[in-house]
Amino acid sequence: MTETAPISAQHRARHFFSRLRIGLFGSVANTIVTLCTLALLAWLIPAFLKWAVFDATWAGDQSACAARAGACWAFVSAKLRFMFLAFYPQELQWRPVAVILILVTLFSASALPRFWRKELLSAWPVAVLACWLLLAGGYGLSPVSSNHWGGLPVTLFVWAVCFASATPIAILLALARRSRFGGLRTLSIIYIEVMRGTPMVAILYVAMLILPMALPGAQFDKMIRAMIMITLFWAAYVAEVVRAGLQAIPSGQEEAATALGIGYWRTMQLVILPQALRLVIPGLVNLAIGFLLATSLLAVIGIFDLLNAARASATDPGWLGFYNEAYFVAAIVYFVICFSASRYSLWLERRLRADTRI
Amino acid sequence: MPIIVTPGPRRPGFHRRLLMWWGNRPLLQVAIIGLLAALFALLATNVGDTMQRIGISPGFDFLWRSTNFEIGESSIPFSASDPYIRAVVVGLINTLKVSLFGCVLATVLGVVIGVAGLSRNLLLAALVRWYIEIIRNTPLLLQLFFWISLAKAFPAPRQASAFFGSIYLTNRGVFVPSIAVEGLPMGVATAVAILIVVYAVLLFTLFRAGRLNSRNAGFSGLALLFAFLALLQLAGADITLEAPALAGFNIRGGYNLTPEFAALLTGLVVKFAAVIAEIVRAGIQSVNRGQWEAARALGLHNSQIMRLVVLPQALRVITPLTTSSYLDLTKDSSLAVAIGYPDLVSIINTTANTTGQSLEALLILIGTYLVINLAVSALMNEYNRRVALKGTSR
Repeated sequence: MTETAPISAQHRARHFFSRLRIGLFGSVANTIVTLCTLALLAWLIPAFLKWAVFDATWAGDQSACAARAGACWAFVSAKLRFMFLAFYPQELQWRPVAVILILVTLFSASALPRFWRKELLSAWPVAVLACWLLLAGGYGLSPVSSNHWGGLPVTLFVWAVCFASATPIAILLALARRSRFGGLRTLSIIYIEVMRGTPMVAILYVAMLILPMALPGAQFDKMIRAMIMITLFWAAYVAEVVRAGLQAIPSGQEEAATALGIGYWRTMQLVILPQALRLVIPGLVNLAIGFLLATSLLAVIGIFDLLNAARASATDPGWLGFYNEAYFVAAIVYFVICFSASRYSLWLERRLRADTRI
Repeated sequence: MPIIVTPGPRRPGFHRRLLMWWGNRPLLQVAIIGLLAALFALLATNVGDTMQRIGISPGFDFLWRSTNFEIGESSIPFSASDPYIRAVVVGLINTLKVSLFGCVLATVLGVVIGVAGLSRNLLLAALVRWYIEIIRNTPLLLQLFFWISLAKAFPAPRQASAFFGSIYLTNRGVFVPSIAVEGLPMGVATAVAILIVVYAVLLFTLFRAGRLNSRNAGFSGLALLFAFLALLQLAGADITLEAPALAGFNIRGGYNLTPEFAALLTGLVVKFAAVIAEIVRAGIQSVNRGQWEAARALGLHNSQIMRLVVLPQALRVITPLTTSSYLDLTKDSSLAVAIGYPDLVSIINTTANTTGQSLEALLILIGTYLVINLAVSALMNEYNRRVALKGTSR
């Protein structure tokens, strides 16, 4: 459908209004649906606005909020630092803020196809190490125990580290599942199915209860144990996505490479994986969104990620019980990250499809 | 000259097939598997040593010791003197209960929302779009925290107002009407049970024969319902709808959903209705436009097109995706532990903490979830095989 004649602004406006008119009141049934939806909205929106704006308290303390029925935004402005950084020492708070900046920069750079080079791949471990150094201290920075880490840096850090370290394991699992070696194939299938059949909460309990028994000598703290198990858990999910990419590559590719005398690992590295991984990038982005939401389960084992920090901020004796406001702020942060990531995934999918179509 | 008989191609023997299955680098594989086994053995030995050091004897004997803890809500009688195995069963029933209700309600709501999202009404479609975006882009745990804080913030029973005259939202839970059958003799109850079993077998046989359609199922269901009602009339029993009502400081009658159950169920239904709505939309949109146009050219009207042409094809896309979202729902019901609903994970956690037998407890947990997963997958694969295109190998 190509429109050759330039459309005037007036025409476009008329077109828009006619679409709106037909879309809302095109038929009797449509009008009824519109009216019912409007009635629902008329019930929901004023109630929300009343809570969030008209009855809200913008400044003051707990007693000022208690006097009014609406939201207590004074609580949010007083506890905002705690929600985002939790128990990290206040005089050192530039460090977690720097971690957030480093990770956001890293994610943004990784999102742009322009930067997809070898250098980016090596930037990941460097950035992660820098973040670890900033959070934990050492080398001249005063040490901070991981019990004091919290808020958004923890959420982003666990997400980045576990996803990045799960990917190589996942590639090995996917290759094993598609290999001609029966033993490895069976092992890989059992591993993937057991992991995918288990709830993440159970995996976190394994990190809390079994890992210390299995590695009695090593002094791992809670955060590292959780990250090890989450990595192993996510690897199974990533492996299934990678396998889908491997399956989409015609077998002629591998046969041609073998005929040229290229060995298995070189074939995978130079021929198969570059094509397969490129195919599944949108799938990996969707998986990453799910993983970010899943990091909130760290709250179950008492790690103060963004959600748990928000919840804990409402247990402050000075500001007791403003849970809804705290959850509202946390929800906005999660929503902004995940919504933009899902839009990005759609954009990337279109772009990659345009690239491969010759 | 002797005639040389060359044997034709024979099926390779068992030994040969085993070798082929094992692959062409047998020693490398043995080495890798041996390495993994050694690592595993090392970890297992460490666990064993640690258990011995802190004075716990490995094994499942603890399951028969009494628990000494109470469980907030249970479908079977449970007291603190009952053994752990019974507690685990209580947890499993609670998990299955919330998952089952969750799957059914999420499917109903999800289909309604999914179809509403395809509506030509711009306002409705936009509303559905935003509902799905908000639900899918925030963590389920956050939503559950919100629902439980909402459930706890309901008024006390005395101040609660009734919705539709019989649903009470209170801080002691949600009260809904219950169906009670009174004065039912044992013989009639058995007859009803037999009838239901016969009906289920009939449905299954028709299903196997591929002759199960909505008319068969509908008519036989109606017949069963009438038979059931007639039996009740003959036996002199009566069914009453018991509505909850305020009595003193509390609400009596009806069925009481605890705040935790209500919050968990609401959270799971709201979340997975959004997921299923997306699946339904994708499924219906996956059917080629040409199918609609051809059906319309043949003179079918909209509801016929939907029922006879579009849905059977859309179901091929919808079924596998819905199955995996049912499994996700069952797994996500484990978030119950964060809001205090005694599901399997929560009971296992308590068990591990009170007995110290955390390895055994977690093995039970992972094994149970694995069995549930494999059972549902097997059932759904069977169904999937039936709706898949005939003649294509998928």
